[in-house]
Amino acid sequence: MNTTLAFNSFQEKLDKDFNIEPKDVMPDDYRKHLIRQISQHAHSEVIGMQPEGNWISRAPSLRAKQILLAKIQDEGGHGLYLYSACETLGISRDELIEQLHEGKAKYSNIFNYPSLSWADIGAIGWLVDGAAIVNQVSLQRTSFGPYARAMVRICKEESFHQRQGYEIMATMMSGTKVQREMAQDAMNRWWWPSLMMFGPHDSDSPHSGKAFEWKIKLKSNDELRQKFIDKTVQQAEVIGLTIPDDQLKWNEDKQGYDHGEINWDEFKRVINGNGPCNKQRLDHHKKYHADGAWVREAAAAYAETNSKF
Amino acid sequence: MDTQLALWEVFIQKKSGGDHTHCGSVHASDSAMALQNARDIYTRRNEGSSIWVIPSQFVTASKAEEADMLFDPADDKIYRHPTFYVMPEGAKQI
Ligand SMILES: [Fe+2]
Ligand SMILES: [Fe+2]
Repeated sequence: MNTTLAFNSFQEKLDKDFNIEPKDVMPDDYRKHLIRQISQHAHSEVIGMQPEGNWISRAPSLRAKQILLAKIQDEGGHGLYLYSACETLGISRDELIEQLHEGKAKYSNIFNYPSLSWADIGAIGWLVDGAAIVNQVSLQRTSFGPYARAMVRICKEESFHQRQGYEIMATMMSGTKVQREMAQDAMNRWWWPSLMMFGPHDSDSPHSGKAFEWKIKLKSNDELRQKFIDKTVQQAEVIGLTIPDDQLKWNEDKQGYDHGEINWDEFKRVINGNGPCNKQRLDHHKKYHADGAWVREAAAAYAETNSKF
Repeated sequence: MDTQLALWEVFIQKKSGGDHTHCGSVHASDSAMALQNARDIYTRRNEGSSIWVIPSQFVTASKAEEADMLFDPADDKIYRHPTFYVMPEGAKQI
């Protein structure tokens, strides 16, 4: 087959805003970039279940517990949609998990922070899912078909996640002084890591160039971060929370907020494995993955002896 | 071999009477597990009224590079469409 021709058609599809599908010919680097990005996204959904799972047994009411369980189950589902999408690129689930365990594949930095109080469950839903939504809404139009379709499905489920978190924060802010302080404390700890979720500033974002050309990425890190800040500030004000940034102020010219400097040293420290929970998160995943091996083996053995299909 | 069980494709029918539409895949050891997983993963909010699961290895797909050859012939047979025909002036309900 004439590869020049094939690549022309890849480019042609991109130019016409057609999705690239798994069986299409695509440049190697496009495939690699997607495997890295989608697997990182999938791992984030799954590892992200841990800080929230920490509070299932201590949820303050049956209602809260049901909601939290449903929310965490959704996140597991998101991980599975994304692993499926990633596997269409020719990598196996085993390899994906191995890369996570060996530290070759990353997951979102935010999940290396601990969830210390019930208010953190509010802050995670409202801020962390809130930030994820901004990113995922823009990815609904990403160029790789299976990834885009997974995003559409995920976005439909995310707004419940954000609203349940905001409801927790609002409830605590209308409670006792101690509860209000708890909510503000959670806000103080989760605000900056949430801003870091969008990644480095556009000026030093190493993977962006090609990602834009290939229409994998449609909005820049800073654009998405700005969008998140602009919609979240008002929500904080409504329930009486203070954004922990004394340089935050409305900029009439750009019709958006200016914000203080993000602590990129901390970002680098955490992403390189020295956050408060990096080791705990990975150890937990490895342990339960290994503990479940016998179940997979038993299921496979059962299928072997009873195979109809 | 992959230790993550075989891959199955999932098709969901939204409302009875409609098409079963492909919506993704699951890993499972047999058809019962595939159905259960598909239900848990893809229909948590009334997205379906019926599910089909099919082992991915049994799906035969047309090749992208053969798309021209396969689907081009349809282009020059416009007489397969009702709009091709000239109806006499004044004829109604046809
Ligand atoms: Fe999610
Ligand atoms: Fe979520």
